[in-house]
Amino acid sequence: MAGWLQAILLLALVVALTPLLGGYMARALQGERVVLTPVVGPLERLLLRILRVGRRGEQGWEAPGQDWKAYARSVLLFSLISWVVLYLILRTQGVHPWNPTDLGSAPWDVTFNTTSSFVANTNWQYYAGETTMSYFSQMAGLAVQNFLSAAVGVAVVVAVIRGIAHRRSSTSESDAEGIGLGNFWVDLVRVVVYVLLPIAFLAALVLISQGVLQTLGGPVTVQTLLGGEQTLARGPVASQEAIKMLGTNGGGFFNVNSAHPFENPTGVSNLVGMLLVLGIPAALTATYGRMVGNRRQGWALFGVMITMFAALVVVITLAEQHGSAAQHAAGLRAAAIDGSAGGNMEGKELRFGAFGSALFDTVTTVTSTGAVNSAFESLTPLGSLVPMIGLGTGEVIFGGVGSGLYGMLVFVILAVFVGGLMVGRTPELLGKKIEAREIRLAMLGALYMPFAVLVTTALAVGTEHGKTSLYNGGPQGFSESFYAYLSQGNNNGSAFAGYTGFVQPNGTNDGAFGITFADLLGGGSMLFVRFFPMVLMLAIAGSLARKRGVGGGVVTPGTLRTDSPTFALLLTAVIVIVGALTFFPAFLLGPVAQALTDHLF
Amino acid sequence: MRKDLVTAIVAVAALTVLLGVAYPLLTTGVGQVLFSDQANGSQVERDGRVVGSSLIGQDFRRPAADPATGRPQVDEEGEPVLEPDPRYFQPRPSQTGYAADASAFSNLGPNGTDTRAAIAANVEAYLALEGRYDGSLGADDVPVDAATQSGSGIDPQISERNARIQARRIAAVRHLPLERVRQLVSDHTAGRQLGVLGEPGVNVLELNLALDQTDRSTSRR
Repeated sequence: MAGWLQAILLLALVVALTPLLGGYMARALQGERVVLTPVVGPLERLLLRILRVGRRGEQGWEAPGQDWKAYARSVLLFSLISWVVLYLILRTQGVHPWNPTDLGSAPWDVTFNTTSSFVANTNWQYYAGETTMSYFSQMAGLAVQNFLSAAVGVAVVVAVIRGIAHRRSSTSESDAEGIGLGNFWVDLVRVVVYVLLPIAFLAALVLISQGVLQTLGGPVTVQTLLGGEQTLARGPVASQEAIKMLGTNGGGFFNVNSAHPFENPTGVSNLVGMLLVLGIPAALTATYGRMVGNRRQGWALFGVMITMFAALVVVITLAEQHGSAAQHAAGLRAAAIDGSAGGNMEGKELRFGAFGSALFDTVTTVTSTGAVNSAFESLTPLGSLVPMIGLGTGEVIFGGVGSGLYGMLVFVILAVFVGGLMVGRTPELLGKKIEAREIRLAMLGALYMPFAVLVTTALAVGTEHGKTSLYNGGPQGFSESFYAYLSQGNNNGSAFAGYTGFVQPNGTNDGAFGITFADLLGGGSMLFVRFFPMVLMLAIAGSLARKRGVGGGVVTPGTLRTDSPTFALLLTAVIVIVGALTFFPAFLLGPVAQALTDHLF
Repeated sequence: MRKDLVTAIVAVAALTVLLGVAYPLLTTGVGQVLFSDQANGSQVERDGRVVGSSLIGQDFRRPAADPATGRPQVDEEGEPVLEPDPRYFQPRPSQTGYAADASAFSNLGPNGTDTRAAIAANVEAYLALEGRYDGSLGADDVPVDAATQSGSGIDPQISERNARIQARRIAAVRHLPLERVRQLVSDHTAGRQLGVLGEPGVNVLELNLALDQTDRSTSRR
């Protein structure tokens, strides 16, 4: 019972937080005065001055607007430089400060994968944090990208919303001069200083109070009660953990991620982590509602997201409570008894139990976080299907910061199109006609991800190269491969951790080598699925921004309203059908095959 | 394009200084001042010496002696064979030997024969250890946490049921009243935070420390 109450508490907090944070972001990102302006305003202006973007005017900061192409170019250039800098940091690890265990660099192929992973907000990790990365690499390399990749996501979605919301006032704006979606550099700076940095700082302190580490002192070796030795790996964990969750990044400081007691020590830290993850993606729906001038639009999207989320939580929780086939075969009971919560506890921590693990794992896989507080490889088959569904729907059930909402808007456009065909009217979104160009772009937006995931999975399971990475055999081996490319192909980063692309024979980077095929295939996929849809969505926004509202945006009885429960239902159906048609065969071969049998492989 | 490129370079540099150096150092400073204990790893001391972290499970096994010769047993690879020290509460099985500097999942699949074998071995070992002190103990009574490997390999807790079963052995080996040991167990059982978060559990290191403490004060009397 307490387990279900925990889920309800989380949902209630998310519902309460959404309008607050959503409204705050809408105001802060549009340059209006907000509660934190006196604190971080000077930092914002300092950064913009260093960047030489715009200048201070009478109406606040004035920066030149960018049309969609200019905005996209800035996004790509910034991400390119981020990539190069991170790669260089990781490859020169040996000469950094704050490297208490004298770790050298990981090989080029793993570093390619890791760099792409963090710049693309994925945080897929072939490496193990505590035996691969110095404190400096974690702090100044990986955690910086945790902030920046998240900020890029939010910036892009805000630009997209501006395009949708834009109302052409008169004929004075000519098409030729292009219509501004805002300025990327200003958006980037504002997301960082108004949203990510203050929340991450406060959250880090809360996490430290629970027992998350925050120290630059190296590992300590203690003599245990029985006289043996135990070396405690340490580091600046809390500062990274806070942004890892808040930015829906998910890359753990330690190898076992949020299952590690120093990274996620208590039930409270577990809840705080989940709130941080859901906070921004949920609130962005409210930001959307405000910016397009109709808050019901935001709540409709929120409703679709939270309903699908709740359904997934129920499925995985029941599955994990039931226990695994191997456990039953070994004679270990799964039912809860007095003083033991029961369930499938292989790969799970006692302080979270089956309930707290199932909830956390759902939260981080419907969003593009990918942090795990239990071993996904050891989930029951039906339990493991839930993360796969979260990924297979393209990370739009809350989804990544920014990317979740613009991914959802692709489905909104498709649903408007389908609905328009049903009622025989020209499809429109917020009073703007959806025409051939937008539908073509939106179809690409629905297809790029399945394309990337299925092609990479096919290459991995169909060629000899993929087999080196496998740990388990049988259907579980297929699930491992499929999950690896499903996760990387959705910028999620969670893993069936048996699948590997990095081998450390000595437990350190000395003599370690990467599995080049897996590293490059996954790395390339992550970059593609991150930046292709960004450009696509900006193009749609640019095209919508140019459109005049139909009849001034007046809703007539014949208009297909996009803020009604009916539309929410239609939208849910579109998401489920597209996701199901794409991935059903793969689901059947892996988790479903195992769920249907007690046979052990 | 060129101006954009320059802006991008400057932006990455400036934001790296802010987010990669200033932010973690500030957090470290404030965290060390406000929550020095937690920030440094919640270390536990006994007699002025650090014996571990209350958040990190540790090994309570000892080298097994060969019953015939009395010498320490070694396996085929020359590694010493370990057995649970019966004087102490035992933590959950660990896939990493309770290593706190290289965490890893077991990655055992739900339908694997190797998973069944691992769990069955854990059940058997648990019954072998505890069954001597409680003849009625059967496979059906084994708490699930006692026979499965944790996520981190260093789970600091066991379930209350697991601790209550082990209490019989502890009481017998240490010649303590069972009620006394059971009382220690319930004293060290942490409930759910805020009444709903996570699951209740018993911290093994803290319980064993309290146990040693009790033992010392009893024998002194």
